[in-house]
Amino acid sequence: MIEAINEALDLKMTEDPDIVVMGEDVGYFGGVFRATAGLQEKHGKNRVFDTPISECGIIGAAVGMGAYGLRPVPEIQFADYIYPGLDQLISEAARLRYRSAGEYIAPMTVRSPFGGGIFGGQTHSQSPEALFAHVAGLKTVIPATPYDAKGLLIAAIEDNDPVIFFEPKRIYNAPFTGYYDKPVEPWKKHRDSIVPEGHYSIPLGKARIVQEGEAMTVLAYGTMVHVAEAVCREKGIDAEILDLRTIVPLDIEAIEASVKKTGRCLIVHEATRTAGFGAELSALVMERCFFHLEAPVERVTGFDTPYPHSLEWAYFPGPVRIGEAIDKIMKA
Amino acid sequence: MANRPDEAAGKGANKPALELHVPEPTYRPGDPVDFAHIHVPEAGAQARPDEVCDAIETSSLCYDLVRVLGDDNKAHGPWDPKLDPDTLRTMLHSFAMVHAFDERMFRGQRQGKTSFYMKCTGEEATSISAAMALASDDMIFPSYRQQGILISRGYPLIEMINQIYSNKGDKLKGRQLPIMYSSREHSFFSISGNLATQTPQAVGWAMASAIKGDSRIAATWVGEGSTAEGDFHAACTFATVYNAPVILNVINNQWAISSFSGFAGGERTTFAARALGYGLAGIRVDGNDPLAVYAAERWAANRARANGGPTLIEHFTYRAEGHSTSDDPSGYRSAQEREEWPLGDPVTRLKNHLIELGEWDEERQVAMDLACAEEVKAATKEAEKNGILGHGLHHPFRTMFEDVFEELPWHLKEQSEQAIRERETKFPEGRPGS
Ligand SMILES: Cc1ncc(C[n+]2csc(CCOP(=O)(O)OP(=O)(O)O)c2C)c(N)n1
Repeated sequence: MIEAINEALDLKMTEDPDIVVMGEDVGYFGGVFRATAGLQEKHGKNRVFDTPISECGIIGAAVGMGAYGLRPVPEIQFADYIYPGLDQLISEAARLRYRSAGEYIAPMTVRSPFGGGIFGGQTHSQSPEALFAHVAGLKTVIPATPYDAKGLLIAAIEDNDPVIFFEPKRIYNAPFTGYYDKPVEPWKKHRDSIVPEGHYSIPLGKARIVQEGEAMTVLAYGTMVHVAEAVCREKGIDAEILDLRTIVPLDIEAIEASVKKTGRCLIVHEATRTAGFGAELSALVMERCFFHLEAPVERVTGFDTPYPHSLEWAYFPGPVRIGEAIDKIMKA
Repeated sequence: MANRPDEAAGKGANKPALELHVPEPTYRPGDPVDFAHIHVPEAGAQARPDEVCDAIETSSLCYDLVRVLGDDNKAHGPWDPKLDPDTLRTMLHSFAMVHAFDERMFRGQRQGKTSFYMKCTGEEATSISAAMALASDDMIFPSYRQQGILISRGYPLIEMINQIYSNKGDKLKGRQLPIMYSSREHSFFSISGNLATQTPQAVGWAMASAIKGDSRIAATWVGEGSTAEGDFHAACTFATVYNAPVILNVINNQWAISSFSGFAGGERTTFAARALGYGLAGIRVDGNDPLAVYAAERWAANRARANGGPTLIEHFTYRAEGHSTSDDPSGYRSAQEREEWPLGDPVTRLKNHLIELGEWDEERQVAMDLACAEEVKAATKEAEKNGILGHGLHHPFRTMFEDVFEELPWHLKEQSEQAIRERETKFPEGRPGS
C-alpha cells in the first residue's frame, strides 16, 4: 500500500505543478514510513520539503497555501499528533469555504498513518476518525487496499475540499488477518494488490463491496475490512462485506441497500467505542432500515481505554470479538 | 545537583518560600495615571539599518521605539518616509472615514441593528498607514481591528455594513459574526474568530508566493494578547525557517479585553524582541505615529520583496475605546489612561503635521469629518434596505447548507429540506426575503 501512496503522490505532482508535499521528515528522507521517498529528488525542494515539528504550523501554512492557489498535501507523521493542529483543521481549513462564502478554499489533503497493530503504544496507534467525521466541511478517507489507496488519494488531492486521508499503517506492507500468530500474505500475493499504472481515481463517497452475501451486512473500513473478511471466511458466514472507504461523505445508498437485503448488520472499527463512528452508522441503519432488521445492530470496536502497548493484541478487535458478535446477530 | 540553599537545616527551613507572580496592571479604575515609566525616545533618533541586513542588526530597534513625528509636528530622522502631501491627506481621509464608520456602527449596535461591533479608535495608523506601505495586491491576513485596511483599499462601505448587518446583501451570506469581513478582490483574507490562526496562514501564503516565484508578499496582524497562542509561535518558526516574505504585525494596544499586556508576557520584554529568538528582523514602532508606522512597514516590505526575510513589527499603541460593544473598560482600567497616553492620538498627530506643513487646516478637517459622516450615513441607509440583523431580510434557508463542501452531500440535502419544511410550519405566511 505504501508504494501505491507514493505512486499517487508522484503522479499527481507530475501532473499538477501546484501540488506541494510537506511534513516532518518527508523531504530528503522520504518520510518515516517512506511514503514520500524519492519525491524531493524528482520534484525539487520547493515542492517537497521538511517542516518544523509544529502540526499547527503545518496545517496553518497549508491553509494559507490553499488560499494562494496551491494544493498542499501535508503529512502528519502519526494521526496521534494531529491534535496540536486540530484548531487549524477544524476552525480554519474545514470552515474557510463556508465562512468566506466560497471566496477562499483550503484544498488540502492531510495524509496521516493511523490505527494500531505495530506496537506503537498510546501515541502511535490511535484512530481519531470520528473526531473528523463530526466536523462540518472535512472529508475523511480511509483506504483498505493498495488499489484503493492510490485511487482514493488521487481523488482526495483533486478534491477542492480539505480531506483527511488516514492510512492504516498496520496494512502498509501487507493485509492483516487479525491474528498475530498467523503469517500474513504479502500484498504482492493478495488479490487486491493490483495497482494499475497511470491515473485513475475512486470517487469519494462510494463504498466497495468486498464480497456479496445474504446472511448479514458487515460495515468496515481500513484494517478491519481484512479482519472481518477473514473471520467471516473462517466461520463460513455468507456475509456481504462493505468497505466504506470514506466515512464523510458516506455511501448511505450502499449501506441501505445491503442491510435491507440481508436484514442484519455488524459494524467493525478499531477506534474506541463510545461516540465512535460505529454509533453513527448504527443510528443510520436504525433510522433507515429498522423494519428490515431481523436482529439488533452490533458494534465491534476497540475498548474505551487509551491504546495500550504490550496488550494491544487484546485491545484490537480481532476474530474472537467479531466472531461473538456474528454469533449473536445470527442467533437473534 | 543544585541543592536548596540551606537544605541541611531540615524541611521547611529553606526560605524564602517560592512565590507565584500574577501580573497586575499599574492602574485600576480610580487610580491617577502617570506614564513616566514609558520611555518615549526622541523622534528621529533611531538608526535605520539596511533593509536586507542580518536580523540581528535590528536588535536595538526591538527595544527602542521608532518615531518620526516629533512634538513639533515635524518629521525627523532617517525613518522619515518623505510622503507627499497628497498621500498624507489620503491617509488622513482614511482615518476620518474609519472613525466615522466606527461611530456609526457602534451606534447601530446600540440601536439593535446588529449584535456586535469593534472599534479601532487610537489604532488607525497601525492598519491604514501600515497597509498604505504595501502594494494593493499584497495579501492581508487580518485580525478583527483592521477595518481601516479595507477602507483604505476602497472596499465599499455598503458591503462592510451588509456584512455587519448579516442582511441579504451580505456577501458572506450571514454566516460570520459582524466585522469578520472577507474580500478576495481586495486581497483581504477571511477573518477568523479564533485568535492568531491567521498568522501561520499568512506565512503559508507567503511561502506559496515564494514557491511560485511571485512578487507578492503577505502581512498579518495580531493583537499582543494573542501572541501567547501557539499559532503565533508556529508562524514565527515557519517564517524564519523558510525565510518567508511575510510581515508579522503585532498590535500592542496594552489590553486584551480586561487583561493587560503583562499576561502575554509583556512585563519582562517587548513584543518586538520576540523576533530575536526566532532570527526574525524586529522593529518596535510608535503605533500612534502614522509616518513611523508607514516607514517601518515599508522597510519590512522592501526586505521581504528583496528575499531579505520576514519582519516582526510591534506597534506600540493604546486601545482608546472598549474592546467591543460588549465591553466596558471602566470596570478594569483607569479612565485617565486614555487621556494620559504619552504617544497621543494618530489622527491628531497626522492632522497637526499636515497643518505644520501648510497643507491642511482645521476648517478642512471639520469639513472632511462631516463629509465622511455623511458618506457613512448614506451607505448605512442604503445597506439597511437589505435588512438589519434578525429582521427577515436574510439569505434563503438553503444557503445555510451551501459551501460546507463544494457539492451538497446527501445528508446536508436532507437537512436543508428539513429546514425549509420547518420554516413552512413556523411561518405559514412566509418570511420576507426567504
Ligand atoms: C482562541 C481564542 N481564545 C479566546 C478568544 C476570546 N477573545 C476574543 S478577543 C480577545 C482578546 C484579544 O486581545 P488582543 O490579542 O490583545 O487584541 P485586541 O483585542 O487588544 O486588539 C479574547 C481573549 C478568541 N476569540 N479566540
